[in-house]
Amino acid sequence: MKAPDFSYVRPASLDEAIGLLVTHGESAVPLAGGQSLLTTLNMRLSAPELLVDISGLDELRGIDVDGGTVRIGALARHVDVATSPVVAEHLPLISEAMAHVAHVAIRNRGTFGGSLANADPAAELPACAVVLKATLVLAGPDGQREVAAGDFYQGLFETTRQGDELLVEVRVPVQPAGQLFAFEELSRRSGDFGIAGLAATGQLEDGGFADLRLAYLGCDDGPRLAAAVAAAVSGQGGPLDDRQIAEALRQDYEFSDVPGLSAATKVRLAAVLTRRALDRMRGAA
Amino acid sequence: MSDGSSDPTLPAGILDGDTAIGKRVPRESAKRLVAGRGRYVGDISLPRMLHLAFLRSPYAHAIIGDIDISAAAAVPGVTHVITGRQVAEVCAPLMGVAHHRPGHRSAPQHVMAVEKTCWQGEPVVAVLAESRAIAEDAAELIEVDWQDLPAVVDAADALSPDAPVLHAEMGDNLAFQFDVDTGDADAAFAAAHTVVEHDFRFDSQTPLTLEPRGLIADFDPSTGGITVHHSGQSPFQMQDILSENLGIPEHRVRVICPDVGGGFGLKVNVYGDEIAVAAISKIVGRPVRFLADRLESFVSDIHARDHVVTARMAVDADGAITAMEMDDLAALGAYGMARRFSVAEGMMAVTMMGAPYRFENYRARTRNVYVNKPLVGVYRGVGMPFACVAQEVLADKAAAALDMDPVAFRRQNYRRLDELPYTSPGGAKVDTASFAACLDKLTAAMDYDHLRAEQAELCGQGVWRGIGIATFIEQTAYGPPYYGPSLARISVQDGCTVKLEPSGKVRCITSITDQGQGTWTGIAQVVASSLGIPVDDVEIHAGDSATTPFGGGAWASRGMAIGGEAALKASLALRANILALAGAITQADPAKLALRAGEVVNMETGMASISLAEVGRVGYFRQDTLPGDFDVELTVTHNHAHNHQLYYTANGVQGAYVEVDIETGFIRLLGHWAVDDCGRIINPLMVDEQVRGGVVQGLGAALFEQCLYSEDGQLQNGTMADYLAPMAAEMPDIVVEHVETPEASTRLGAKGVGEAGTIGAIGVMWSAVNDALRPLGASIHHQPFTPERVLDALDRANAGSENGT
Repeated sequence: MKAPDFSYVRPASLDEAIGLLVTHGESAVPLAGGQSLLTTLNMRLSAPELLVDISGLDELRGIDVDGGTVRIGALARHVDVATSPVVAEHLPLISEAMAHVAHVAIRNRGTFGGSLANADPAAELPACAVVLKATLVLAGPDGQREVAAGDFYQGLFETTRQGDELLVEVRVPVQPAGQLFAFEELSRRSGDFGIAGLAATGQLEDGGFADLRLAYLGCDDGPRLAAAVAAAVSGQGGPLDDRQIAEALRQDYEFSDVPGLSAATKVRLAAVLTRRALDRMRGAA
Repeated sequence: MSDGSSDPTLPAGILDGDTAIGKRVPRESAKRLVAGRGRYVGDISLPRMLHLAFLRSPYAHAIIGDIDISAAAAVPGVTHVITGRQVAEVCAPLMGVAHHRPGHRSAPQHVMAVEKTCWQGEPVVAVLAESRAIAEDAAELIEVDWQDLPAVVDAADALSPDAPVLHAEMGDNLAFQFDVDTGDADAAFAAAHTVVEHDFRFDSQTPLTLEPRGLIADFDPSTGGITVHHSGQSPFQMQDILSENLGIPEHRVRVICPDVGGGFGLKVNVYGDEIAVAAISKIVGRPVRFLADRLESFVSDIHARDHVVTARMAVDADGAITAMEMDDLAALGAYGMARRFSVAEGMMAVTMMGAPYRFENYRARTRNVYVNKPLVGVYRGVGMPFACVAQEVLADKAAAALDMDPVAFRRQNYRRLDELPYTSPGGAKVDTASFAACLDKLTAAMDYDHLRAEQAELCGQGVWRGIGIATFIEQTAYGPPYYGPSLARISVQDGCTVKLEPSGKVRCITSITDQGQGTWTGIAQVVASSLGIPVDDVEIHAGDSATTPFGGGAWASRGMAIGGEAALKASLALRANILALAGAITQADPAKLALRAGEVVNMETGMASISLAEVGRVGYFRQDTLPGDFDVELTVTHNHAHNHQLYYTANGVQGAYVEVDIETGFIRLLGHWAVDDCGRIINPLMVDEQVRGGVVQGLGAALFEQCLYSEDGQLQNGTMADYLAPMAAEMPDIVVEHVETPEASTRLGAKGVGEAGTIGAIGVMWSAVNDALRPLGASIHHQPFTPERVLDALDRANAGSENGT
């Protein structure tokens, strides 16, 4: 299919971009890497009147570390994040997750901020952002505001970003030395969206898990901390029980059937991944 | 068996000497296509050409009420909005009934729906505009008063007395039933030492060519003729259909197949929407282009392999197979496929069941039913994988029941060479074969004993690996006895013209087409070898119904087997003419001359006498120097058909090594081996890659691909993100080896190889995964083997309720 007619503008500055979003309201959408938006256009699933192409705003592109915080520009491409020494050193969970983000061709164009702002519940990076307590910086007509990743996600492709705001930067606290972490995902084919996955951080105290933060992808309508799972396995030092994890998962998330995959199987796979992630973390301690 | 060295009708050395035959020659078009110089239908643009988009039925089964086109017609840039009813006025409906299959029924299929639609995706209204985007904009504005009808998508449901009936005039949905009863199956099963059985389910698939379907139809009102650029496998079949359905004299229909990006059978089927494009060009008197996009491809391309099979095998105490049984139920989609019929899948399944093995007693049935889904057509392997899967899974089960090694069980039950030729209990005719030789080569290549030892050792550590073995027969290059009685006007003869150019180079004009197989390279090798010239001195011209000999095109693994033989005949005739002319020029006895390295050579002295360029120069420009009655014939055409032979029988064995993660149900492919016997190999590079590509499509079928339909007939995964095609990262290394048993009835000795990889790979995955699950008491019954289906199989075993369903 061919995309429906739209207008296209490539603003030279952030202010100009936000001005366009203010002027055109809901009929305008920002275009960054285009790896999700262009597909929905070509399938005629969305029909915005104006694409505001922000990919020329180089000031939104860098990756650096400032004290205890890694700052990732919203337009940093997946390939930049995946190959960044700063990310590898200070955000190893994200480095591990990047291996699961789509294919090389998509990573070469898709952006870090685009993935976070798109809020696809099957995407890897939103789960990482929630677990790592990232702060999202949004720029709008009234200036900038900061939102915790945990508050940003509101459901299926829904966030607290207003239509006239742009995600400009992501600030992620450096993972402390000795923090345990793991990213696990099952996808039918390499590079596909996961049918289930999780990002996890935590500690071992007295042989049991503590400070666990777990967020899942592909399991519900968005990344939220799985409090019941964390509570169920906290303090445990021995072999984990898949059934117990699965029960907790059902408290944390609503699983539903999709064509070819039942909710029951998805819970089961998520429980296996949880056990594998935690086993791996224990092994690294 | 023929062999070049001993075939007295062949000049020495053509097949077995140091010629191009048997060399790994790269595909002639590879460089051009990689350089971006390919010319596909989408690259062709004609003056005043219009772009067409279809409004397709959103319902699987619905009455078409009033159609309001006013808003669509008013869109700027739209030139015409044309309904199915208007097209039906100039275009006869299609009819997919095989006359050689008594009882086969279908209903007339309008090329665009007129009164009702029978599947989601059936074309209903065509919009013509200055661009495809405008046509799509306008198509969204068409309003149709749909009256939704109950739909049926499952074959068993479609046979129920209260099922919705697709074609009222038929009374029910049963399209065709065929029964086989050979020997005394009841007595053999009753007397058996052991009986094993298995139920199989295969989800429907679609072939997924990289380049979707498309065509440009250009009807010329001034001549009454039509030229069509078509992404297809057979310009001749398309020419015949357009002539018949549009009432245009055949010699005024010209069909050109430019570069075509993949066929796999998909593009030899007959599509109503493509015929409609030609009819619409006739209506509007302008060139019209239609290119299917990926989304509409999923609901308008053929689907395939929608089968439910149950099968049994009886063996005696010594492990000899005594009987088999197969019951096949196939969903055909909404209509019989014009000229290709759709019943071939079921017929091949029951005919070929057990064909490599010695047994006497057999009962089988195939029932084919219409459902509200896209038409089923011939797809790489057609029905042969069902026979392979069923016989191989049962062989494994029988071997396990008798505590025999599955390789030993197969070797014991294979037909021996001294039993050739034979007809299997299902009716498959086998003239030449090499089952045991292939199996020996396979077990050596995969180091079978080592893998078995490793499997046993890892099993004790909770790692579940499986080894699969699958033997198959590939019926290649179907012949006149099959298609002739069907009255389908499918040509199975092919022609080849070879022409010496004045420079001594050669043009070869073949009726065989090539969608990526590399057949043209092989044909050039045959020509080059026969004429003693480098392959690079041969230029191939093909894919044009007006300028090439009439023929079949590419399907049923026939290109080299038939087209190669035609090329050999034509080239040898041209060789004789060249030598005669050279004899006249040099006043030598042509019988003492040969062609070598572009020169005419005196065989007695070994000395070159004159070059081919000199032959060409004299032949075309200096006839004045020749004897007065000497006819120069430097363009020769020959054809090949195997008038009384059903097909050329190829065979092979594949092996696979897999690991099943019993926690997630994921299957990892550790290794894949294919030993194939396709007769004489003209180009090992092309043959190896044909096998590998076929294997990958078979692995896709077994592990990934499925058209998921809702109960009301909506395709739920019609995008490339949701329909999982096999991708490189998941594929194992595929080792390919060969046994060469030349086809006995031809001089070239080539058989087909296009479908071997797919047939064997599907069979070997059923064998391997069930082998991995066997120690756990589990078995799998439903393809593709999704993680969920593997876990369900394990759960059934754990619940102790393994009941074979």
